[in-house]
Amino acid sequence: MKLILERRLVPSRLASWGGVGFSILLALMMGGVVFLSAGANPFKAYGVMFLGAFGNFYNISEVLVKAIPLIVCGLSIAIPAKILVWNIGGEGQLAVGGIGSAAVALFLSPFLPSALVLPSMVIAGFLAGGLWAFAAGFLKARMGVNEILTTLMLNYVAIYWMENLYFGPWRDPTGTGFPGTAILPESAWLPRFPGTRIHLGLAFGILAALFLQWAFYRTRWGYEIRVIGENPKAARYAGMNITRHILWVMFLSGGLAGLAGMAEVSGIHYRLQQGLTVGYGYVGIIVAWLSRLNPMAIIAVAIFLASLLVGGDQLQSVMHLPSAVGLVLEGTLLFFVLGSDSLARYRIRLITKSKEPQSKEQRA
Amino acid sequence: MDTGTLTFILSITIRSSTAVLFATLGEIFTERSGVLNLGVEGMMLMGALSGFAATFYSHSLLLGVLTSLGVGGVLALIHGFFTITLRANQVVCGLALAIFGIGLSSFLGRPIIGRVGERFVQDPIPVLQDIPVLGPVLFNQNPLIYLSYLLVPSAWFFLYHSRPGLNLRSAGENPAAADTAGISVISIRYLWTIFGGMLAGLGGAYLSLSYTPGWKENMTSGQGWIAIAMVIFALWNPWRAVLGALLFGGINALQFYFEARQFTLIPSYILRMLPYLFTIVILVIITRWKTVRKRAGAPAGLGLPFQREEHS
Repeated sequence: MKLILERRLVPSRLASWGGVGFSILLALMMGGVVFLSAGANPFKAYGVMFLGAFGNFYNISEVLVKAIPLIVCGLSIAIPAKILVWNIGGEGQLAVGGIGSAAVALFLSPFLPSALVLPSMVIAGFLAGGLWAFAAGFLKARMGVNEILTTLMLNYVAIYWMENLYFGPWRDPTGTGFPGTAILPESAWLPRFPGTRIHLGLAFGILAALFLQWAFYRTRWGYEIRVIGENPKAARYAGMNITRHILWVMFLSGGLAGLAGMAEVSGIHYRLQQGLTVGYGYVGIIVAWLSRLNPMAIIAVAIFLASLLVGGDQLQSVMHLPSAVGLVLEGTLLFFVLGSDSLARYRIRLITKSKEPQSKEQRA
Repeated sequence: MDTGTLTFILSITIRSSTAVLFATLGEIFTERSGVLNLGVEGMMLMGALSGFAATFYSHSLLLGVLTSLGVGGVLALIHGFFTITLRANQVVCGLALAIFGIGLSSFLGRPIIGRVGERFVQDPIPVLQDIPVLGPVLFNQNPLIYLSYLLVPSAWFFLYHSRPGLNLRSAGENPAAADTAGISVISIRYLWTIFGGMLAGLGGAYLSLSYTPGWKENMTSGQGWIAIAMVIFALWNPWRAVLGALLFGGINALQFYFEARQFTLIPSYILRMLPYLFTIVILVIITRWKTVRKRAGAPAGLGLPFQREEHS
């Protein structure tokens, strides 16, 4: 008896989206095993996570707060992934976006009319993140240097740089030990939805998703990057400039990650401080892949993954289990979705002994 | 610079390079067989945690090392199942493994953060350690480091001068031809993917049992990713992997030296960035060199799933 995978002529849509649901179930079961190994009752733990994420209005609002950077980072990863370029540096681009926007708020805001402070921060954050990723994009496009590794290495560089700033030259002179810059002037705060921490960044995320949905499927640019992603050779024969596309997608991608950093600084922390980089750049990869790089799906998936993170935080405060379980669940989920994608593309067949000769004939 | 300082720097160079060296060697085998496993960081962290935990509870260093080998191998097996059998995207699957390993190690490791357990101590080799400079640098180290000395030539010999090594390389270079020659590409890829994971786990255990003893979240600080970069620098050759690892270790050693000497000309945060910036520079140089000299680069079948039924 033998297990073989046969390619389906048309990927099964049912298997594709049904697989996501099934993967979520399997990932939750695996998570249960992890809880058991830590000596916790999985049902109780999931109950705490669920209530922590959706138990009351405030918790739901917190899920949306966490979903904001995940939407923006998910979009950021999805753009270059369309042409099979991997930006794993969302974390670093988020950090430099935070640095750039904080610099504007701290040092330029006294010279700007208050209505211009936020727009300038948006531009600064986007440019900072964009240029940071552009560096890796440039090395990739011009010299073929592996972008996965360069973007990743730049994460460490960016985070050390940011730490140096808030521990050193930008440290709040009146601060009491807590590492961070001085609090930003109020003109640099993103408006919040009353009674919650949901800020205008949510609108950035949704607008960016709508814009990309349009750009991917309704513009020449979107058409070209889809062709490059499906078949780079055909794209080159058709005269598409792949080098230029790589530079642009990396700039846009980094810009969005930088925007996520700006939104965190200006909407949540109101300063540059420790805790800005908590892995949104990495989780963004999962968001993008689970959404099949579809901008609208990214919003939904980001909210779902945010609920795992918020639930994980609750787990830490209620049951004293490390919140890293959110990350474990997300990693597992990605595995299962990858596996189920294969099932959508291939048909699994069990070949018993009697049938085997026949399959050999088919091969010949 | 006097001999003492030189010995100090070189000796720390060796110590700082060993974890990356193990992981790089492992990934060379995996990639040579045609599988790209980007999950090294996760496997190293799980290796570091499991190696330390097993030693902490059993008081046996050997058991710790064996555990880390096993855990690294099992994680790589997961990657193998999804990429080899289910033919999932190797890049994304490796990233999933990295995220999974990072998350799981911080989750499970919480109870033993900051605990002190057994560790490998320096174990000088008689006679050899008396060679001036080289003696104290190379032969006054711990057993794991000696193991790496043995591993490199064996890896080289195995890859280039043995039949199974040839089979391994052919599975990565031209799987269809290998298959025609009667080699089981699937089992070779499984085997060396698992082996790569075991070495990554060992690299992690070296960190938690020797280099920075104990468990700390994210204690590998990117060395798993650096190892993947070093594979490219090494052009998939074990000897060049040593060179890459030593360069990485050397940068670390200089950083130690400057900090110990309170050398303030270069701020410490720049020193901490150096290994990462240096890795980027190395990647750029090697990529340039490869295109200029037209040197053969990655195994031709790297990252592509093997399927027998279809010929493309």
